[in-house]
Amino acid sequence: MATSAPISKILDAGLGETVIFPSPGQVIRRRMRRHKGLIIGGIAVLLTFLVAVFAPVLAPHDPYAQDLSKRLIPPFWHEKGTWDHPLGTDNLGRDYLSRVVYGCRISLIIGFSIMLIAVTIGTTMGILAGYFGGTVDMVVSFLVTVRLALPAVLVALAVVVLIGGSMTVVIVALGFLIWARAAVVIRASTQQIRSQDYVAAAQAAGCSTIRILLTEILPNLADNLVVVATLEIGRAILLEAALSFLGMGVQPPTPSWGLMISEGKEFMLFFPYLITIPGTALFILVLGMNLLGDGIRDVTAPEGRT
Amino acid sequence: MIVYTLKRLGLAALVAITVSIISFMLIRLSGDPAIALAGENATSEQIEFIRIQYGFDRPLVIQYLDWAHRALQADFGESPYFQQPVTRIIGDRIGVTLKLGVMSLIFAVAVSIPMGVLASIRPNTWIDRIALSISVMGQAMPSFWFGLIMIIVLGVWLRLLPISGTDSFAHYIMPTIALGYYGIPAFMRLTRSGMLEVLSSDHIRTARAKGLRWGKVLFKHALRNAIIPVVALAAVQLGFMLGGSIVIESVFALHGIGYLAWESIGRRDLPVVQAIVLLLSMIFVALTLLSDIINAFLDPRIRVK
Repeated sequence: MATSAPISKILDAGLGETVIFPSPGQVIRRRMRRHKGLIIGGIAVLLTFLVAVFAPVLAPHDPYAQDLSKRLIPPFWHEKGTWDHPLGTDNLGRDYLSRVVYGCRISLIIGFSIMLIAVTIGTTMGILAGYFGGTVDMVVSFLVTVRLALPAVLVALAVVVLIGGSMTVVIVALGFLIWARAAVVIRASTQQIRSQDYVAAAQAAGCSTIRILLTEILPNLADNLVVVATLEIGRAILLEAALSFLGMGVQPPTPSWGLMISEGKEFMLFFPYLITIPGTALFILVLGMNLLGDGIRDVTAPEGRT
Repeated sequence: MIVYTLKRLGLAALVAITVSIISFMLIRLSGDPAIALAGENATSEQIEFIRIQYGFDRPLVIQYLDWAHRALQADFGESPYFQQPVTRIIGDRIGVTLKLGVMSLIFAVAVSIPMGVLASIRPNTWIDRIALSISVMGQAMPSFWFGLIMIIVLGVWLRLLPISGTDSFAHYIMPTIALGYYGIPAFMRLTRSGMLEVLSSDHIRTARAKGLRWGKVLFKHALRNAIIPVVALAAVQLGFMLGGSIVIESVFALHGIGYLAWESIGRRDLPVVQAIVLLLSMIFVALTLLSDIINAFLDPRIRVK
């Protein structure tokens, strides 16, 4: 028997000295390495994040600088394209690559902020409903039903237009509109955790309800929260893009991908790159977020896979 | 079943009242709706006139009760932009939206159920992978962008389909695909997981053991059970599609209530916006109620819960 083996290398008596049991961390890391979706999604999200952080270094031009003498230059793969503007220029002569690069910032900031609001509201409601049950549960379920009945895009549009279209208004309006899914998911997980022995033990030990919620329930929801949060960022980015596309989200000249598609729509028949480029960027980021979220769920809780 | 239906009905009524309060309050978000209605260059006399004409000077509760009372009789007042009753304007346009919504739902179901069934018969094979990939990509694709790409490729390059308007069935094909594909992932996943669950159950094994044909077992014994939650989802999805049609209608210039809502928001035509929000919410409430009842009818286990 090896006496100095670390805990992760405890030997199994029946199987001999060569069998080493992996630690839970190792199991998860191994699952992650084998999960293609998680890796692809993770890379897409990481790249977008890096592009957003290093936007000033990566963008060849100022994304706001207009030059009407250089309107609608096509991207480099066209005959008339130049390497000075690798992805061409838009209708106002702004460098398209720079706008797409800065667009990463807008999408990530907006997506993340909306998610923070939505997940905070949804988690609070979900934990309360799942833990207390009864009347609290009924009230939360009622609020979820009411929220789902309202057409989200339409209400968001009305709110943004009536209050005034700034980025903050878009974020707050959408954040207060998409918490329902988080609430439903967290409620279901909380119901499961509530019946665990360690919660009963904490109750028996006389812990306060707040303490149980914050130190017994919440940490055990962490995996779920990460999954919900990642998926909600993707959804929030899509909604922001739709709002900006309809001209009632982020206002020009901000380089939001949805807004760029909206601005390019007029010229798309002759200059299709104006909509295909920002649309592809949007698609890759949201796809990455969804793959990452699904991947984390598969890796942390493979038994719940559907 | 009757008790269950009554309970659901009561809940739906409560939701409907809450939603109506929200859509009533929505147009008051900007502060004074009279200023919003009067426009930017209105004098204070004009604003005061509008305030009295629309009754904005009365207490909020009275205003709500009056509005709700008239809304129950399908009277949403007059649109300041069209100078016509809101009900008539919406009535002229709702047909397009309903047609688009129902067609999109049919499209989504027609594509996703066969896909889900195929994926469930051969789990973890290439068929399953393709179906899963389609659903993952579908969820990430912005519907307005998908619509624009279809316009360029199918409408302009290949000249297969008309790109805007509502004159013929062909005009609805691209909008239907653009709106409907968004529902495909949800339907497909639900069909697939439902089928996987049912296919591994005892009664399927018994049916197979008795020597019944595989096709018969699949459709008569398995799909029938797996489809129950899909019915509920269909009602909810139709509601989402009607709500989401605002984006698609504006891409394809379909003159339904989504497009009307978008234009009305832009020109601060508040009574129209308010009425459309209320109408879409009410349709959603009615659809979920219907799906709950159908579900309980199809699956008696739900009634007891």
